Amino acid sequence: MPIVWLFLIVMAIAAIGYVLGRSRALQSAGGDSRDLHSLPVFYGANVALKAVVPAFGLLIIWLLAQPLYVSSQVSQTIPDSVIKEGSSRSLVMAEVRRTAFGLDNAVAQGDITEELARNARADVADMTQRLKDAGQVVTSNITQPVLMAAQSYRILNSTGYFIMSIVVIAAALLGAAFSWRQTHSEYRARNVVEQGIRVLLLAAASIAILTTVGIVLSLVFNTWEFFKLYPATDFFFGLTWSPSFSGRGGSSALGVLPLLWGTLYISIVALLVAVPIGLFAAIYLSEYASPRVRAFAKPLLEVLAGIPTIVYGLFALLTVGPLLLGIFGDGGLGWMKAGTAVMTAGLVMGIMLIPFVSSLSDDIINAVPQAMRDGSYGLGATQSETIRQVVLPAALPGIVGAILLAASRAIGETMIVVLGAGAAARLSLNPFEAMTTVTAKIVSQLTGDADFASPEALVAFALGMTLFIITLGLNVFALYIVRKYREQYE
Amino acid sequence: MTDASMPTPETGRHSVSLTAPDARTRKRAQAEKRFRAYGIIAIATGLFFLVVLFTSILSEGIPAFKRTVVSVEFILTQQDREEAESELFKTKAYSNLFVTALKTELDERGLNVDINEDAIERLLGKVGGTIRTFYSENPDKLGQPVRFDLAASSRVDGYYKGRVTREAMQDSRFLQKSDLDLVDAMEKAGIIKQAFNWPFITGADSGVDNPGGAGIGASVVGSFFMMLVVLALSLPIGVAASIYLEEFAPQNRFTDLIEVNISNLAAVPSIVFGILGLAVFIQFMHLPQSAPLVGGLVLTLMTLPTIIISTRASLKAVPPSIRDAALGVGASKMQAVFHHVLPLAAPGILTGTIIGLAQALGETAPLLLIGMVGFVARGYPDGFVAGFTEANSAMPAQIYTWASRADVAFYEKAWGGIIILLMFLLTMNIIAIILRRRFERRW
Repeated sequence: MPIVWLFLIVMAIAAIGYVLGRSRALQSAGGDSRDLHSLPVFYGANVALKAVVPAFGLLIIWLLAQPLYVSSQVSQTIPDSVIKEGSSRSLVMAEVRRTAFGLDNAVAQGDITEELARNARADVADMTQRLKDAGQVVTSNITQPVLMAAQSYRILNSTGYFIMSIVVIAAALLGAAFSWRQTHSEYRARNVVEQGIRVLLLAAASIAILTTVGIVLSLVFNTWEFFKLYPATDFFFGLTWSPSFSGRGGSSALGVLPLLWGTLYISIVALLVAVPIGLFAAIYLSEYASPRVRAFAKPLLEVLAGIPTIVYGLFALLTVGPLLLGIFGDGGLGWMKAGTAVMTAGLVMGIMLIPFVSSLSDDIINAVPQAMRDGSYGLGATQSETIRQVVLPAALPGIVGAILLAASRAIGETMIVVLGAGAAARLSLNPFEAMTTVTAKIVSQLTGDADFASPEALVAFALGMTLFIITLGLNVFALYIVRKYREQYE
Repeated sequence: MTDASMPTPETGRHSVSLTAPDARTRKRAQAEKRFRAYGIIAIATGLFFLVVLFTSILSEGIPAFKRTVVSVEFILTQQDREEAESELFKTKAYSNLFVTALKTELDERGLNVDINEDAIERLLGKVGGTIRTFYSENPDKLGQPVRFDLAASSRVDGYYKGRVTREAMQDSRFLQKSDLDLVDAMEKAGIIKQAFNWPFITGADSGVDNPGGAGIGASVVGSFFMMLVVLALSLPIGVAASIYLEEFAPQNRFTDLIEVNISNLAAVPSIVFGILGLAVFIQFMHLPQSAPLVGGLVLTLMTLPTIIISTRASLKAVPPSIRDAALGVGASKMQAVFHHVLPLAAPGILTGTIIGLAQALGETAPLLLIGMVGFVARGYPDGFVAGFTEANSAMPAQIYTWASRADVAFYEKAWGGIIILLMFLLTMNIIAIILRRRFERRW
């Protein structure tokens, strides 16, 4: 791994710089650290920081930019005639990349020599055979232009990495040398180092923004691509969801409404389970329960929140589904045809959400001032009357917020619906029928060997965008309500 | 009030004692009881679900830790070996030898059953190959008695565990009813028995048609490398971000923007992070698919908000007097934070990190999108660096893969995998609780 080596070299330069910087500072003060502006450590850290930060900054930028540059350069060399009917430049590029990767691996294993891998006049059939012998995955027979492109891709990449190594090491050395020369007893090393660390801290905090930007950009770009291939009105208002599996035919119907309905229906069932149980549990725990019961029941209920969703998914598929089928299926009431249904997924998701509703509501109920309860008791109300007529109305906005957060969790939940809800998209009112959701379809459209340029795969990004906007809206609304409520008592 | 002393017509007529409750009070008391009962029922229902969940995990999953083995003592002489090696179908010759040995062992115990080679292959797989490999690796064992523990096929395993019954099964190329007679006979002879399923814990995934050989070991390693990435990235970044926000950030728009972003990211569905990982790390940066490195990067982004929120809480819990004292003796703000506040907040930060890691360990949805399903992790990675970059599975992804396979025998493996996953989560949470109990300071 050349990058690991590069990393270690830069770190070594920094370490040497630290020692040199420190000793130079001490030397300039005549060996007496009291004459220095800052502690000797800071002089060392100053040199080390100035070696590391620009070098790694360059490294990251280079690593991001080089693939883009190389791809666009190589892509230009591929003649239009190579791109077959029904194929696209990006597909050919994927093949080029695979071939280049195969060549790299074969060279690394010693199955072919570097000269042969670079030989532009190498025989294509021979090369394909050699690659296959070396155990490299090469899909079809490599064509001449693809091989040429792959070779130039490799050459460009390896030159690029070579230049990058030199530039990065040079940056580290320059930074270290420059700051080493700056070092003398009057130099304000502590202020500089602390300012530098502050910038690094700020950069770490900004990663949150970068993540959001990354999410939005990746969703927006791919959704845009999707709407170029498939009309947006059909997506938003279409009543059928039946993607064709063949790939690029115009035969897919990709309407989002059945999926949204499935999502909504399952979430409603889940909330119908979770809200009453969670709310009453929270009321009991905060108003009635003795400290011992509370210390016992609250953590146990919260265990339900710590269980991974894959466990709930399996529970829905293998335990709850067959159980419901036994009661409502052909042997019983005859309403249900298969174990995977809205009811199965909704019920299990409800169980998952119980602790979510109960601990949020618990916090909110506890935040209602005791004076309000005391006032109610003073008027002769019983405890339940106080709760129903004083505490709950006061806590209502917060509880609504909690329920909205639970709803957003239900809408975004994936594993339970992938395993428990079924795969058929339909608009139906029967809760014992299989339906599917936005998240389940994102998974099924993006796993497998789908080609990323087809509308069948790109639709997943449009679905992701829909999901992101809905959950974001619900979260913002819920937080707004909770925050507004909190102000009343502070 | 004057009319309070006047007896009202109703009470006057019945002249009830003051200590006995009237109808309205009784009704109110009953409503009170009912309301309290609702609460108890709600908690009981929640706990009932918890109990059902754990019972079904344990009852379905524990059989995965047992396997059925056929244990036969076998002697192969040098001459037998030479004869077998000289034949055209070598493994067939070995399995003939095995059948003879099994038959004598059964005959010795007075059990007379019909054994043929096809039945043995259905029950135990390719026995001849196993024996041949063993002797070519250990030629010194020739002529000595060797006890072979051969894993029975998953159908036989299912018959043993009650999943396959004689009545319900149909003859197929995997198992025939007549084979079950042989199994019963071997059981009487004590040749077939249950043993602890080590291959399940240490092994790798086996492919679609061999549920018996599937193990979770390789995916535990995959999860481990993923957690290394998450720990190495999310702890320093999370702590740095929290220190900035809690100690240095000025009150301005940019800080607000960061705060809003963090609280929103904490609530974004995990599958959206999977889409991000697919688009940025795989489509754009061309990092290898299904690699623990990519999984770790995605989970890092997902765990960061959790770690930031808990780290900020523990930084906030350190009283300002500590900072003031440090500043008072001439420390800079940076020194006050790094030398005094951070060490005091460390237990809380560590606890939050472990809980964040536990959450990341159980997360499945984003891993599905970066290609950790559909990939069969047949072996362990070749080294430390390969552990990050080579395609591998992770525990939850492996469980999902098993759950979505057609063969019912894989369901047992999925439940068993869940037990292992939950044991890891339990250990991590217990460590977090112990850390909190031992080191948390109340000011």
